[in-house]
Amino acid sequence: MQPIHLAWIDYTILLAYVAFVIGIGWMLSRYMKTSADFLTSARSIPTWVTGLAFISANLGALELVGMAASGAKYGISTAHFYWVGAIPAMIFLAVFMMPFYYGSKARSVPEYLKMRFDERVRALNSVAFAVMTVFASGISINALAKLLTNLLPWQFNLNFGPIHLGSYDSYLWICSGVVLIYVLKGGLTSAIYTEVLQFFMIVLGFAPVVWLGLKDVGGWGAMNHSLQAVAVNPSAEFLKEPGISYASNAWTSAWTPVLAGPAHNPMGVDWFAMLFGLGFVLSFGYWCTNFLVVQRAMAAKNMMAARNTPLVAAVPKMFFPFLVIVPGMIAAALMSMPDKNYRIPPPIVAQANYDQAIVAVKAANPADPAAAVTAVGTALGKKIDDKRIESLIAAEAGGKLSDTEIKQGLYNSIAENDYDSVILSLVKKYCPAGLLGLALTALLASFMSGMAGNVTAFNTVFTYDLYQAYFAPGKSDRHYFLTGKVITVLGIVLSIACAYFAKQYNNAMDIIQLVFGFVNAPLFATFLLGMFWKRATGTGAFIGLFCGIGSSALFHALTIAQGNVPGVKGGYIKVLSTFPSEMAQNFWLAAFAFTVCFVFTLVISLATKSQKTDADLKGLVYSLTPKIVDNNMPVYQRPAVVGIALLIVCVILNIIFW
Amino acid sequence: MGLDIRWPIGLMFTLIGALLAINGALVKSDHAISLGVNINLIWGIVLLVFGVFMLAGAVRGGKNPPSA
Repeated sequence: MQPIHLAWIDYTILLAYVAFVIGIGWMLSRYMKTSADFLTSARSIPTWVTGLAFISANLGALELVGMAASGAKYGISTAHFYWVGAIPAMIFLAVFMMPFYYGSKARSVPEYLKMRFDERVRALNSVAFAVMTVFASGISINALAKLLTNLLPWQFNLNFGPIHLGSYDSYLWICSGVVLIYVLKGGLTSAIYTEVLQFFMIVLGFAPVVWLGLKDVGGWGAMNHSLQAVAVNPSAEFLKEPGISYASNAWTSAWTPVLAGPAHNPMGVDWFAMLFGLGFVLSFGYWCTNFLVVQRAMAAKNMMAARNTPLVAAVPKMFFPFLVIVPGMIAAALMSMPDKNYRIPPPIVAQANYDQAIVAVKAANPADPAAAVTAVGTALGKKIDDKRIESLIAAEAGGKLSDTEIKQGLYNSIAENDYDSVILSLVKKYCPAGLLGLALTALLASFMSGMAGNVTAFNTVFTYDLYQAYFAPGKSDRHYFLTGKVITVLGIVLSIACAYFAKQYNNAMDIIQLVFGFVNAPLFATFLLGMFWKRATGTGAFIGLFCGIGSSALFHALTIAQGNVPGVKGGYIKVLSTFPSEMAQNFWLAAFAFTVCFVFTLVISLATKSQKTDADLKGLVYSLTPKIVDNNMPVYQRPAVVGIALLIVCVILNIIFW
Repeated sequence: MGLDIRWPIGLMFTLIGALLAINGALVKSDHAISLGVNINLIWGIVLLVFGVFMLAGAVRGGKNPPSA
């Protein structure tokens, strides 16, 4: 990605946003009196605000970038991550689980686990969660600093004694500093408020890009028409290896290609893995147990508001595919239209490699195209499209093209796509100065609030579930309030350390994310049994969770996705089974780990004696908790009714894009 | 919490919307027009309307003016 030229108006919008988030922190700081104000917003926030924050905490910049990438790679099927992988779980959380989280007065998800089971389960969950949030926040801020270093024209070269700060370091520290200021001032409320601001920034910043993109490809119908050609021969857009072909609706139908089997859809998944692995295990595991999102609902002002939070969030979530996935589909369609002169940017190639390749093109002997193509490919260091290089050489023969034209030809011949730059390439293509500032600010906002969201979840879990529980119980509230602030600073510093780690060791980062996948996959089984079966015991839950985590690691060690080499991607003990794609491998892994955790928790619970009486479990387990009576509220406000209505709309969306 | 979130949202989008709309109305170079649409002007007005709508909500809610 080349640097973008920003005008004064773009900088003004960017600075206005930063000023507003710091201002919000400033305004809120006067209300921060107790640790509860700071860490849990003292349960005081209206539904629509917690609802939008709930969805916004999940819609990080990496998701924004990743969904556009998947939209190009897989088409409308990517929407399953929303319609199958989010909506049902969000409704379940609202109707069935929120009463326990909110009603138990737990301040965090690990604390609920302690009330329901015992200290061991809480310790396991809170340590894993604390480490995970710090890494997630580090990854987010690392991506932002890298993006700004590539995009903005300024080069920093600062020296403070022995410390040297380059551009990357400066952007990293500045952005972390802004997040630190507003989180330290306004705590969780600050994070929630800026998430709401970010929600509107993203919707209003990216909607015009989608609108202009659709206008450019000739509307929805024309886009689908182009995508049919893409589906039949995806290698023309470098989306798949040459020779692979799908039915013409592979990019434009959500269900037919998936039902036809893994070989017939670009994701390479089957319907069972999709429904059970993604739709049940992964999705419920994330939305119903991840404290990062659940914390937003727990900050609501009353039970009713807490239960409605995920429902409010489900409405925009359902329609997000049109905002975040459609840009990717537009990009794939544009690429198939030669007159649009667009391609998904290829991976970055150094100018030195281009220079060598230009020399190779000039020196090529048109009589021996095969040798020439090999020489150019070696010089570029990327996979190339032989035919395009051949025609480039033919066009050049005798010095007819300038260096710039040759470079453009080479750029278009690189047979790899850097999908993560889809969204930025469209922003650059369609946004004039002004709108560009708005879209970039939206992106920056979501990176920063990704960090803030993780840091606020981290400080709550660290302060209440680790510090207060194990290191310094029984101190004054003032003590925990100040601790919360210190932990916030610690969280930011650790995030920065993780950002540097992510920058240095990309592979190590992949492994860490993989391990988190192992830890999270079985978690929902523990919650499901804990909430709906009073006989589940602490020992059962603890051992079940451990076995679930172990089994996902084992599953990964014994399976691999097609095209991957045994190693980090799996199969490091022995390859017993091969999946058509990494996604299918992940879905099946989740399904397997869930089942193991479920069975072990069940069996061991039956074999051990429960330490809790029915009275202890009141408010924590479904059968022992008085049902919430919704009769005194209007029908249209009852969570169950709203939930069913939302499910119906979601089913209709699935049918429309069947 | 004491601060009504609609104040900052409303103020920010009113400001950015006005800025974009004015910019769109004044600068009409080829570069500023995307696909034959003066997108800065149109989108500036959209943001402005949204911002004013939020401010109106905050005023009606009436709990706390920005100086509270």
